[in-house]
Order: sequence, then structure tokens, then C-alpha cells
Amino acid sequence: MSDRPHIRIEMVSNPLYLSGARELVGSVARRLGFSELACGQIALAVDEALCNIIRHGYDRRPDGPIWLSLWPVPGDNGSAGGLKIVLEDEAKQIDPSAIRGRDLDDVKPGGLGVHIIREVMDEARYEKRDGHGMKLTMVKKIGPDSSAPGRTAAGGSDCGCGGGSCLDKQE
Amino acid sequence: MPEPSSINIRVEDRGNGTVVTPEGEIGYEEAPPFRNALRRVSEQRPKRLIVDLARVEYMNTPGLATLVEALQMAKKNSTRLILCGLNDKVRAIFEIARLHKVFEIKGTVDESLAA
Repeated sequence: MSDRPHIRIEMVSNPLYLSGARELVGSVARRLGFSELACGQIALAVDEALCNIIRHGYDRRPDGPIWLSLWPVPGDNGSAGGLKIVLEDEAKQIDPSAIRGRDLDDVKPGGLGVHIIREVMDEARYEKRDGHGMKLTMVKKIGPDSSAPGRTAAGGSDCGCGGGSCLDKQE
Repeated sequence: MPEPSSINIRVEDRGNGTVVTPEGEIGYEEAPPFRNALRRVSEQRPKRLIVDLARVEYMNTPGLATLVEALQMAKKNSTRLILCGLNDKVRAIFEIARLHKVFEIKGTVDESLAA
């Protein structure tokens, strides 16, 4: 996989733009062959991560920069095998080992976002960026439970071209 | 600077309980007005507080946290809090957070009023 993201956007830490980021990620996931439920889960994970950056990283400051980058993860036969999402910010740094979801048996408001990110994504890794800010790398693989109904086992589409990058997929 | 969008919330007294019907998305921006609406209704200590989520297309953890707060307040006030009308996406987030066993969840408002 090239280091260069296939999509990279810069947004500010204003909650007004959360739905736009969610729709972008969900739409890309759909084109890569994820099921509707998986697309919703991926968009939810990104939404939760962005909420955490805005609320805890920037202390609700609405003008902090956030970068959202997307890559398809290669699968078999050149088809997309998943989606890699990276979120970077210039917010305050925290020890990645301190970022944990709370015990779900303790029913109380808050603290659920990290749990949801880890639950719905196959990988979720927090790191400190060089200098300042945090980086969250998330990966969701296309598997039997997360692929769209029209997607073949090899990752092709119903149009017959067999290519993972086919733009007719999911039409 | 554009202002954040708001949520439409309808509150209706149905005799056997009060029905709160939010419409749209319940995310980061919408959770505070949703919380205020639920708090105002809870303070009146209705016998049943029914939250009809049939018109909620999307919810994330700020929305969930608001409902957990409402549940805690309802227990203090001896109010029965019932959720209904959850679509598959909204139900999925309750299941991921394992809150589907914590809340009383029904299919419709009528089922909730009759429960």
C-alpha cells in the first residue's frame, strides 16, 4: 500500500462538521464493498473518535485542526480487503496506554466512545505524534460479516468485471 | 461562524405516560437539548416516560449517555422509562454498549403505554 492516502481532508474541531466526515467515510466504505451495517459501524467509530478529539483533546475549542486520511487495504486479487482510517490532531497529548474504554458493567453516562471504537474496528491504535498531537489508526477488514451482499468471495462485483476497484460496485 | 443544528423534540402527555419523540440525529450537538427536554419531563415525575426513537436516524455515545442519565433520574423519581421504535442502526449501538439489557425496550408507543 502506498503511503499516500487516497483521501485526506483537513477539518476544524467544530461539531458542525461531524456529520460530513461521517458521510464521507460511510460512502467510501460502501464503495469498497462493506455491508450497510458495517458502513454504519465504521462511520460511528470515526464519529466517536472525532467527538473525543473535540471534547477531550481540544477541550471543545472549535478551531483546532484535524486531518482525516483514508486508504483501501489490499485484499485478494487486487480487490479492496478493508479500509484504513487515520485521524491526526494537534490537541494535547496523552499516554496511549491510558486510553481505555470503561467497564460496561458499570452503567453510567460517558466513557463509551473508546469501547465502541475498539468493538467495531478490527484495529485501533493510539500514538503520540512527533512534537504535538495524537494519531489514531483504525482498520476494518471486509469479512463474511461485514461485506455487502453483492460482493463475491474474491471481492469482485456483480457487474462481471471482477475488479475490486470497479466503480459499478454497489450501484 | 455557522450555528450548530438543533433537534426537534415533541413532548406529549398520553394519560398513561409522557411520550418524548426526538426527530433527526442525536449526536454531539443534539445531546444537550435532548438532555434538557428529558430532564424537564422527568422533573414532573410521570408514571411512565416513553422515549420514541422511531424518527431518530442516528445516535452516538453522547445520545446514549443522555438516555443513561434519564434512566438514573427516572429510577430516583420512581418513573418507568421505556424506549421504543429503535431502528437497526440505533439498536446496534445499544447492543455494542451492552445497554439493550439495561433499558426496557418495546416496539411501539402503544406497546409501551400498555406495558
